[in-house]
Amino acid sequence: MMLKQSLSQAFLAELHADLRLAYRNKSALFNPLMFFIMVAVLFAFGVGPESTVLSKLAPGVIWVAALLSSLLALDHLFREDYENGSLEQLILSPHASSALILAKIIVHWLVTGLPLILISPFIAMMMQLPGQAYGTMLLSLLLGTPALSLIGAVGVGLTAGIKRSGLLLSLLVIPLFIPVLIFGASAVQASTIGLSASGQLYLLAAFSLLSLLFTPFATSAAIKISLN
Amino acid sequence: MFQAKELECVKGYDCLFTNINFTIQAGEILQIQGTNGSGKTSLLRILTGLSQPETGEVFWNGTNIDIDRESYLENLIYIGHTNGLKAELSAIENLQLSRQYLGQSNDKPTQQALEEVGLTGYEHILAHQLSAGQKRRVTLARLSLNTAPLWILDEPVTAIDVDGVSAFEKTIETHVLNGGMVILTTHQSLNFGKAKTLSLSLT
Repeated sequence: MMLKQSLSQAFLAELHADLRLAYRNKSALFNPLMFFIMVAVLFAFGVGPESTVLSKLAPGVIWVAALLSSLLALDHLFREDYENGSLEQLILSPHASSALILAKIIVHWLVTGLPLILISPFIAMMMQLPGQAYGTMLLSLLLGTPALSLIGAVGVGLTAGIKRSGLLLSLLVIPLFIPVLIFGASAVQASTIGLSASGQLYLLAAFSLLSLLFTPFATSAAIKISLN
Repeated sequence: MFQAKELECVKGYDCLFTNINFTIQAGEILQIQGTNGSGKTSLLRILTGLSQPETGEVFWNGTNIDIDRESYLENLIYIGHTNGLKAELSAIENLQLSRQYLGQSNDKPTQQALEEVGLTGYEHILAHQLSAGQKRRVTLARLSLNTAPLWILDEPVTAIDVDGVSAFEKTIETHVLNGGMVILTTHQSLNFGKAKTLSLSLT
């Protein structure tokens, strides 16, 4: 008897396998998170305990730390799969490779982006972020970090075949991260002084949705180039 | 029918091979021979569509493989140099994921596929704890889940022991006698019994 494998089954299987891999390889999961925490803690030490200065810097520092730690986490997205050959098998699957790649990006965000958001209130506390800005900060990270993972994936796809591609990857994706950083930090900034941040938040949501639409295809094309 | 026309591959300034032509019908094996670095792997990657040739085209049932990619991939199984196993997944988990990657598969239980390659008792060992030969066996187990007629295999029996090799020869022979096609590279002399074997030398 023949079993026809559907795309949705393959998507779920990829999701499942990657979550399991993340669970078994926890260091990849904790490194970016530790980095996020360390940047914020060191900043608080470096600048000093004066709460007016810290709270002014808080929106920017939190967003920069979040951005850098997503960048740090990106390297793991396709590296192992490229080296062990399973990326090749993914591309040679008759299923739409962009969908399977999207599954990988979703898992990547779940295990690196989401923990960062969950820990961010503690960082905000350390940075003396005014109380009324917590909600906006969480929302801005929730809406903005998916765009970072999605855009970053294209860069990782392009550099997958290059050893020690960290610097090149940063050069490629940081310019594309900047709009997310600007609107993310400015959303938090606005709400610290009691202004509405909805404009910036809508823009962040738009960034994420647009990248959700286009980057899986771009990433799949980028990986095909890397494998060529 | 699988056909390659006037393939040429250039790496950097080196022309690895030029003017490669062949046609394989159902029930035939093509064994590609050549010294190290003669471009065997490059040729196989071109045949799968992973790499693009400098010139030339590859046809599956008369259609260029880049034009109807999906139906070509449904009919293809490729085993490369690398095993395509995720280090932190067990043998059986890897095989289950491979099955999902296929367009269609038979209903053979994954467990049984592992038994057939002699890995009973190793189902739940993580891939990175297996020996090189055992990893290769897990990869070869993919062949028996698949219903695809065209197999492209790059050094399939590297690190496989004598018993494993003869089991592999049997698998290939059965597949080809049932109307499959196999293209493979190997440095070992393999014996595929009654199956019709063509050979191609790269220099």
